[in-house]
Amino acid sequence: MSLVLLVGASSSGKSTFARKHFKPTEVVSSDACRAAVSDDENNLSATTDAFDLVRFIASKRLKNGLLTVIDATNVSEDDRKKWVALAREYHVLPVAIVMNQPEKVLDERSAARTDRQVPGHALHRQWVQLKRSIHRLKLEGFRHVHELRGQAEIDAITHIERDKLYNNKKEVTGPFDIIGDIHGCYNELVLLLTKLGYAPQQGVWRHPEGRKPIFLGDLCDRGPATPAVLRLVMDIVKSDNGYCVAGNHDVKLLRWLNGKHVQVRHGLEKTVEQLAKEPAAFIEELKPFLDGLISHYVFDNGKLVVAHAGLREEMHGRGSGAVREFSLYGETTGEIDEFGLPVRYNWASEYSGKAMVVYGHTPVPQAQWLNRTIDIDTGCVFGGHLTALRYPERELVSVPAAEVYVVSARPLLPSGTVPLSLQQANDDVLDIADFTGKQIIETRFGQNVTVREENSIAALEVMSRFAINPQWLIYLPPTMSPSETSKLEDYLEYPQEAFSYFKGVGVTKVVCEEKHMGSRAVVIVAKNEQAVKEAFGITGEGIGTIYTRTGRAYFNDKAVEQELLQRLNLALETTGFYEEFNTDWACFDCELMPWSAKAQSLLQTQYASVGAASGRAMDIAVQALQQTALRNPSAVPLLEKYSTRKQQAAQFTDAYRQYCWPVNSIADYKLAPFHLLATAGKTYTSRDHEWHMETIARVCRGDEQVLLATNYRVLHLEDEIDVNSALQWWLELTAKGGEGMVVKPYDFIHQHPRGIAQPAIKIRGREYLRIIYGPEYTAPENLIRLKQRGLSGKRSLAMREFVLGLEGLENFVQKEALRKVHACVFGVLALESEPVDPRL
Amino acid sequence: MLLTITTTHKPATDLGYLLHKRPDKTQQVELSGGIAHVFYPEVSETRCTAALLLDIDPVGLVRKDNGPAGNDFALQQYVNDRPYVASSFMSAAIAKAYSSALNGRCKDRPELPATPMPFEIRLPVLPVRGGEALLNDLFLPLGYTIIATRLPLDEKFPAWGESRYFDVTLVNTVTMQQLLSHLYILIPVCDNDKHYWVGKEEVDKLMEKGKAWLDQHPAKELIVQRYLRHHKALISDAIQSLLKEELPEVEAEVVAPRMRAHDARLLMVKDELLATGAKSVADLGCGEGKLLRLLLPEKQFEKILGMDVSYRSLEITQRKLKIDRLPLSQQERIQLVQGSLTYRDKRIEGMDAAALVEVIEHLDEPRLATLEKVLFEYARPAHVIITTPNAEYNVKFESLFSGHMRHSDHRFEWTREQFRNWGDRLGNEYGYAVQYKAVGEEDAEIGALTQMAIFKKKE
Repeated sequence: MSLVLLVGASSSGKSTFARKHFKPTEVVSSDACRAAVSDDENNLSATTDAFDLVRFIASKRLKNGLLTVIDATNVSEDDRKKWVALAREYHVLPVAIVMNQPEKVLDERSAARTDRQVPGHALHRQWVQLKRSIHRLKLEGFRHVHELRGQAEIDAITHIERDKLYNNKKEVTGPFDIIGDIHGCYNELVLLLTKLGYAPQQGVWRHPEGRKPIFLGDLCDRGPATPAVLRLVMDIVKSDNGYCVAGNHDVKLLRWLNGKHVQVRHGLEKTVEQLAKEPAAFIEELKPFLDGLISHYVFDNGKLVVAHAGLREEMHGRGSGAVREFSLYGETTGEIDEFGLPVRYNWASEYSGKAMVVYGHTPVPQAQWLNRTIDIDTGCVFGGHLTALRYPERELVSVPAAEVYVVSARPLLPSGTVPLSLQQANDDVLDIADFTGKQIIETRFGQNVTVREENSIAALEVMSRFAINPQWLIYLPPTMSPSETSKLEDYLEYPQEAFSYFKGVGVTKVVCEEKHMGSRAVVIVAKNEQAVKEAFGITGEGIGTIYTRTGRAYFNDKAVEQELLQRLNLALETTGFYEEFNTDWACFDCELMPWSAKAQSLLQTQYASVGAASGRAMDIAVQALQQTALRNPSAVPLLEKYSTRKQQAAQFTDAYRQYCWPVNSIADYKLAPFHLLATAGKTYTSRDHEWHMETIARVCRGDEQVLLATNYRVLHLEDEIDVNSALQWWLELTAKGGEGMVVKPYDFIHQHPRGIAQPAIKIRGREYLRIIYGPEYTAPENLIRLKQRGLSGKRSLAMREFVLGLEGLENFVQKEALRKVHACVFGVLALESEPVDPRL
Repeated sequence: MLLTITTTHKPATDLGYLLHKRPDKTQQVELSGGIAHVFYPEVSETRCTAALLLDIDPVGLVRKDNGPAGNDFALQQYVNDRPYVASSFMSAAIAKAYSSALNGRCKDRPELPATPMPFEIRLPVLPVRGGEALLNDLFLPLGYTIIATRLPLDEKFPAWGESRYFDVTLVNTVTMQQLLSHLYILIPVCDNDKHYWVGKEEVDKLMEKGKAWLDQHPAKELIVQRYLRHHKALISDAIQSLLKEELPEVEAEVVAPRMRAHDARLLMVKDELLATGAKSVADLGCGEGKLLRLLLPEKQFEKILGMDVSYRSLEITQRKLKIDRLPLSQQERIQLVQGSLTYRDKRIEGMDAAALVEVIEHLDEPRLATLEKVLFEYARPAHVIITTPNAEYNVKFESLFSGHMRHSDHRFEWTREQFRNWGDRLGNEYGYAVQYKAVGEEDAEIGALTQMAIFKKKE
């Protein structure tokens, strides 16, 4: 990754050279930019604007990590200085390729050119400047300088070899065991390697499964056996069985070995003493080893970055003095703390990169994730632990120090307990800039979800005014699409279409679940408030929460919410759920009944009102028509029509009444969970729906008064008997006044060649649909129009919300930054404001 | 959707001439959005009843391609009372089916329209926002006898209470034209829902029909106001659809005495802001820009930031302050941003002063912890002015049930002691000196309507 400057007078052949050896997009030409801003590539008055443009393009390319060639004369030192500074800004290597042509050649070529005339004196000046410059280039900061004298040498170049940076190990994917600061603690190192499954083989520690260790540097100083540690690591690295990055102590040791003036303190005095007993050959072997240590590595296609003191995102895979400085020493604020040590600037708290960054350098009592970074220096030499991180498993393995070798100036454990995890403490407040405007959210399901600005505007308002504490909001459920419209004359929805849909996307087995008519509720419940604090970082808000699909508290009365949660908690306790799942909290996707409990205002202003109005209106109309028909037979058809409408009005009222009952105590609620979404450290999207139904049914047996296990059946779509019995079941359910059923692919996530299948499809009963489409929707003239409805918008929305919801949940259990969780939840809410027919 | 007109005029069958509809037939009139049927349930010399029955297409109302133009959100519901109640649709049907009678014409019996007759009207489902009192206010001055029964919402669930519908019978002796023009205008006034017509011309036409009696009507102002109500400012559709199940009906607020109080409060906030010497000020929760309007003319404020969580409010502010028509130098002084005090926001950092006028009480109390951090830990203005209702003062509102709050969106209202405890804690925690003031006339016992805290950063 470099910024390549072509240096040479006008007509020296730079552009030709660039065309020959670089991709057109890699070359940023001052002439082209001059033309871009002024329509004339020779327009000298456009030079300032043109160079602004060159610089702008170059900056964007370097930011994106792309090799960039500046095709301009670059003969003046002032011009070049700016490019070197730019290269430094983006932590790439500045390289110069000098086209040194004799002045005579330049004059001849210039004279022969028809497109441009550079005055002779100007050309001469350029040539003189170039001559003067050549020897100064290295001093100006160019890492490599290639001088090409005359056309012959230029022509002799047939190929430019691009070397990868040493830190680029993207093709190496692991698995790894990343080991924190050792500081001469040889015994602990051996114990840790053994615990990780390594054993010496032909003098080198190896893993039987080919795992490789990565050492995070600071092998030496302070501890009792630096030479042994160096020996062990050197053998591994030199035999290609592992990697090691440089630590600040290692670098200092090298300087001492090279006879540089360094202060022999901070543990170096111990190393010096121990090395004195080693043979000279060891020292001679050590020097090139230490000298060859790279300051950071990028592994596994960019997904893993290791550096002794960590690394900011914009420095990953780059090469500059600043990158090396940062990798070795981190960043300090310039302040000194109460123990006389420099205050470190917490770069990790602002880290928002995709790569996992594993580092050491600063001893911490416990390795903890923060924004996808982790410091695994658990202060072995100070009597803490020696810790390894298994990658990609993200498991921590550690061994305790055998003794306190050195007393740390700063106590390892702060007084008192750590109240919240690093991540939780860092996430106390979310930054608005992370959520507003157009957002593109990457998900692990191979699908990016775009949230448009106008939708995030709506989401911000709803989230701010109505939503509960964002630390609770780890998931919002997706909307659900109905089946395609039925071809049967009398039905708007019928199960057949849902089965056909799933067959069409390659699903062979589905789960049909009875659909309850209540309100969607997400329930988080924990054993106790302590568990809430540990998992969610929330205190004083009870043992959990129940919230709606838009993130609002389901209950206005907190006491009722907590009472219901206590019932669930008890059921989880008595059915052994917490032990079985090795957790102290759980999150369920549920339906909470009765509908009338939540939808009271809607019932009063809309459903019961329409029922009352239509009932009375039709009654009186029919009376009037009956009276008329006695005398006037022409009123009979109208009487018939209104008699039907009167009946439909009554059916409408019956339909909504099914879902209403008074709530006098907690026992009048019915909670029907249907997905186990998450427990500590785990989601359950890899489990099939039958598993979810069974698991939840077991919990429900713990409190059959309040918890409701959902009826379901599993069927093979190829099996006609199965399918028919499911159809029959749906007819029975809906005849009894049920809402209908939900059909889901057997697997929680079903991938098919065009993407992910709908997670669920609802088939609503004929009577139930009256409360959606109005009392008279079943009249043939109405049904025929209602059948014209498009589902594509709803389906696309359901899909996007589904993946976003799961992404948020995964992010939460992986202990990602709250911002990552909230972005998904916010995104679902924003998507919900997209205009989609609300009756679907 | 049913209107019956009965007369006991002798001969009662004159009704057929008056309405220009034959009593032995069933007739249809086309309306946009449906059909109106006219038929006679009772025909005799002593008593005759004409029925106007609306047959509104409930699906057509919603589906754009054949529904009437200009529908807004309330009409977009399939589960809709419009097909079953007497509303502006009924007025449109009267105008269409009984047009000659409404205009006082009768070709065959020209003397009839000018003859007052005894009429009995029945509207079996009339939505009345305002209840019996409103019916009395509207119809009593016109000489009607009113028999009205309120319908229950659902007799199976008596706890849900009563509906807004009345079964109404009206009795009066008037001319047919008077009768129809009363109904024509007063039915939609009772309903007070979004009206089905939207065109201005139609509105003018309708007003003309009422001019003979409307001028004398004691409830004239209310009638005109409700009648012209056809484009109420709505919460933007996006938010509507998000909250469709959860947005509570906005309750009537305790408005009158507080409107003036609000203006006085804003003037006081402005003076306090000026007194801080601040050059840059932020109005956090600026709503529709009332305070900003007071701040703009003050030269002391070089930078004014208005922030609100409601994008719609900001659009209104932008329009009201006519920001895009200000000179460029003035435009640069003021900036409006959508933002929320529950998120950290770099745009509000480093201001000299910030005002939160009647803002905190709109946040659930547990979320205040976040607001505190956003404001006092991150934004850290040199001065912060916060006003909030004084709950003790609520005893002065007669219409407020004890324990209730002043606004349906208030999540809490604090006593003076609660507010001071909160403010003092913030002052200690974040290094601000706090001063408290009463806003509005102060009662020795219960304080003033509003309380104010002025925070000044110690440094």
